[in-house]
Amino acid sequence: MALLNIRNLSVDFATGGGSFRAVDGVDVTVEAGEVLAIVGESGSGKSVSMLAAMGLLPWTATVTADELTFDGKDLRNLSPSARRKVIGRDVAMIFQEPMSSLNPCFTVGFQIREALAQHLNLDRAARKKRALELMEMVGIPAPEKRLNAFPHQLSGGMNQRVMIAMAIACGPKLLIADEPTTALDVTIQAQILDLLTGLQRDAGMGLILITHDMGVVAETAHRVAVQYAGWKVEDQPVKDLFQTPHHPYTAALLAALPERATERRLPTIPGVVPGQFDRPQGCLFSPRCAFADDRCRSTLPPVQPPELGRARCHYPLMAPATEEAQ
Amino acid sequence: MLRFLFSRLATFFVTFVGVTLISFAFIRVIPGDPIIVMAGERGMSQERYEELSRQYGFDQPLLTQFWDYLTGVLQGDLGQSFVTKKPVWDEFFALFPATLELSLCAIILAIALGIPAGVIAAVNRGKFFDRALMSSALVGYSMPIFWWALLLIIVFSGNLGWTPVSGRMGLLYYFPTPTGFMLIDSLLSGQDGAFTSAIRHLILPTIVLATIPLAVIARQTRSAMLEVLSEDYIRTARAKGLKPWRINGLHALRNAMIPVITVIGLSVGTLLAGAILTETIFSWPGIGKWMVDSIFRRDYPVVQGGLLLVAVVVMIVNLIVDMLYGLINPRIRTRK
Ligand SMILES: Nc1ncnc2c1ncn2[C@@H]1O[C@H](COP(=O)(O)OP(=O)(O)OP(=O)(O)O)[C@@H](O)[C@H]1O
Ligand code: SF4
Ligand SMILES: [Mg+2]
Repeated sequence: MALLNIRNLSVDFATGGGSFRAVDGVDVTVEAGEVLAIVGESGSGKSVSMLAAMGLLPWTATVTADELTFDGKDLRNLSPSARRKVIGRDVAMIFQEPMSSLNPCFTVGFQIREALAQHLNLDRAARKKRALELMEMVGIPAPEKRLNAFPHQLSGGMNQRVMIAMAIACGPKLLIADEPTTALDVTIQAQILDLLTGLQRDAGMGLILITHDMGVVAETAHRVAVQYAGWKVEDQPVKDLFQTPHHPYTAALLAALPERATERRLPTIPGVVPGQFDRPQGCLFSPRCAFADDRCRSTLPPVQPPELGRARCHYPLMAPATEEAQ
Repeated sequence: MLRFLFSRLATFFVTFVGVTLISFAFIRVIPGDPIIVMAGERGMSQERYEELSRQYGFDQPLLTQFWDYLTGVLQGDLGQSFVTKKPVWDEFFALFPATLELSLCAIILAIALGIPAGVIAAVNRGKFFDRALMSSALVGYSMPIFWWALLLIIVFSGNLGWTPVSGRMGLLYYFPTPTGFMLIDSLLSGQDGAFTSAIRHLILPTIVLATIPLAVIARQTRSAMLEVLSEDYIRTARAKGLKPWRINGLHALRNAMIPVITVIGLSVGTLLAGAILTETIFSWPGIGKWMVDSIFRRDYPVVQGGLLLVAVVVMIVNLIVDMLYGLINPRIRTRK
């Protein structure tokens, strides 16, 4: 029984220009203790699908799913109060912008203790003690002093550590980290990632890591899901994905990845992700795909079986990744 | 914080001198000679007129008059009323508690209703509550105060007979007023029913005076809340599994209060201006009514001094608001 199980998740936003489908039929599963990386270009619906699972989208969003269970509980028809017992305790999330993700009017100590007060039965003194422990765990030097600091008095890296301390405060079974290092200095990025993977290993919690960084994916993930324009186009164990990508988009991403380069951002491939008003018929990747034919341009591609990486493609690739993929 | 305070005090002083000049000029711009007004219907001889002119210093050049006034003010001497011959200072302090009591009740009412109304509207954005509250706010904001007061008087005092029409206290009661606040003095007097009478007299003027600030505060709270509710840290608060009242009432409201506090500070000026009208309608014996009467009598020292003191009160309130602002916004408080 998977820890998180999402089947056929779709999210529509009501926008000024009509309804916009940001996530379209995405499946996500995470096992206990597993590290799942979600990669994809900007706007591919990585954040939105995770926020949908957490129930954190604004009211303009309509979320539908055939299945949305966490730890055996169906999140779809959980009452708000029952949901609050799960969110923040068993599943926690950290975000891309540590600076704006913390409340500027409260000290970081207050914000960590608040998470403890919400879910655990600890008295004041115990909460403070636990908050200090947590701050120590996430590598905040001189926690006693930092307890009373406001977010604007700390650096981005420190604030992200505070966010992580808050997220792991109640010992979650699953942590969702949405590009946790994108807003940070390069030197800090590695530290935060080490911290996250260390915590994941020690606590044996599930981790969903949304990232642009294929290097990070290769180093940390057990399994990778690739998203494109609101679709999940491929899902494979990390080794297999790097060796034999089945979806042309994944193959193009890997082919464009400079071998052992220092540039670790997600490589660019020609063309742009379709937006709200230029969605092609058939396969969403067809305008950029080297293998596209008339069938691709007219009919929606099926989802291939697990042996083919659940690739959402008419013509999944079979051979190991080579240069010809592009 | 100290430097912050110091710069505020410097601004305070400059504004003070400016207000002295404006209050001095204001009453002199209005046509009408105070001495002739004083003489009334009877008129007076030319010699008597000149004698009085000399006595009050009106024969001096304006600049000299202003200089005398300014040096007087800086020594704490605001002059005497032409009409009552009592020091302006004494009259002000005799009447100010009535205005302060009314204004405090009004601002408390406006805050106590306006902030929750704004929060409820923002949380229910676009739904029934939001629309109902914001349409009422718009009506309250644009309603002519005079008309609104008369309407309330007709309904509650006239038709229903629930509230008195004017004044601060029923005629049956008489007691000393050591604090000048009728709510406190009536309690101290120990007379049966005096406190109730004080409250009944306060209700309508308070509602009338609170209406505009209430509407302004509700609208500002709503828009500040809407802005704050889309911030990342609200998403974080929700991700922690906090209860909605804690997210809206603590995490969001605390941030939304920063602009709201500013608006409350600004309302105090509006409130004192509104007090002039409200006090006149309800014959409320405060400085508003005092000022209006004095303008009609061309009682120069009272108008000058009264305006100046009202301005000082507004400035002090704004100073307090500025400091509150620093207290509530840690980014300002902790600035080096
Ligand atoms: N509140 C919203 N209202 C309308 N559209 C939204 C909203 N939030 C996200 N979207 C749209 O949904 C799509 C997916 O956004 P999402 O934030 O999930 O992308 P992402 O894959 O996380 O990208 P990035 O790597 O830049 O974070 C985008 O086109 C975005 O414009
Ligand atoms: S369905 Fe066709 S266009 Fe789409 S990715 Fe596969 S091959 Fe390319
Ligand atoms: Mg994102």
